[in-house]
Amino acid sequence: MEIKTTAVAGTVESSDIQIMLSAGHQGIQIELESDVEKVFGAQIRQTITTTLQQLGLSQVNVKAVDKGALDCVIKARTITAAQRACQTTDTPAWEVL
Amino acid sequence: MVAEQERLRRTMMFVPGNNPSMVKDAGIYGADSIMFDLEDAVSLAEKDAARNLVYEALQTQDYGTAELVVRINGADTNFYTNDIKAMVKAGIDVIRLPKTESAAMIQQLEQDVLAAEKEFGRPIGSTHLMAAIESAKGVLNAPAIAAASSRMIGIALSAEDYTTDMKTHRYPDGAELEFARNMVLHAARAAGIAAFDTVFTDMNDTEGFYRETRYIHQLGFDGKSLVNPRQIPMVNQVYAPTHSEIDHAKSVLQAIQQAHAQGSGVAALDGQMIDRPVALRAQRVMKLAQASHIVDEEGNYLEK
Repeated sequence: MEIKTTAVAGTVESSDIQIMLSAGHQGIQIELESDVEKVFGAQIRQTITTTLQQLGLSQVNVKAVDKGALDCVIKARTITAAQRACQTTDTPAWEVL
Repeated sequence: MVAEQERLRRTMMFVPGNNPSMVKDAGIYGADSIMFDLEDAVSLAEKDAARNLVYEALQTQDYGTAELVVRINGADTNFYTNDIKAMVKAGIDVIRLPKTESAAMIQQLEQDVLAAEKEFGRPIGSTHLMAAIESAKGVLNAPAIAAASSRMIGIALSAEDYTTDMKTHRYPDGAELEFARNMVLHAARAAGIAAFDTVFTDMNDTEGFYRETRYIHQLGFDGKSLVNPRQIPMVNQVYAPTHSEIDHAKSVLQAIQQAHAQGSGVAALDGQMIDRPVALRAQRVMKLAQASHIVDEEGNYLEK
């Protein structure tokens, strides 16, 4: 997949995470804002990174604002943002969901 | 004389599909069925996000023994096909089709679900269906809709769209829904599937909610669609059997057991033969009593 536009998914409401993706050229760069950064920061970054890699994205700038999202929410928001950025929302990569 | 185990469906709780905190917590309220909504509760711009969120939640969250239902977008939208594919792949128990007006719509859905089951290697027939009836046409076609597929587990009346279609609105006494409720209920019973009553949205009118729930319980509905978890214990209270109903049910089941043990095909209680409907009702009463935490699995009363 290839990033064609900057895209956002998710909200800054409780239990959610807002993820903004744009094209980059230094691998996967994550800028994370989270109240639980100290305890869960590494795990949140790992979930975002793994999901992007599964989707075949390796050059991405990520801005994430976490409000205490579970892993499944982080994954879902990352997938949605990636589909929007790559304009593949109507033809999802079912095999990596 | 033992009937096939029928699932209790007293409460079907609506959960907006794009709300992570509600999707996450949906399992803690004890609803018999949880209905994730991808349709009216989700704005057009967030349909993809809701689909992905519900999909991922279904992979990881524990919803206990609740039946998991998803309301997909209608066949006349661009979201219909991907909603079906994602939910079948996620292994959802039931797909609920909104605004169902004909048996053909259910048959089409069945074809689409079957194709998705094949595509994603899901067991054929594992995805069940239900229909929401939301128009005059849907009500008049309810018997055919209910019987349209062996995958059907229930039909539900959706009163907001229906009353608009009927050029009226909802009144406290529900007279405007009388025909539709009875049609949907009869269609469900004739087809051997569940009937769900519509939502009651005025959370401040507790008395009205109880009145409506007692009424649909009396008619014979399996249960009610709910918009707020606070309504779950209220419905369960209405559906809970009384002690005298439980005692009678226990005597009936005991008499049947005794007859079986004595090798007799006919059971009697107080000189009256126990026929099938009486036995079925007794089983249902005990099931409700168990679900209401009035008795344990062996039928012994639990201390409050």
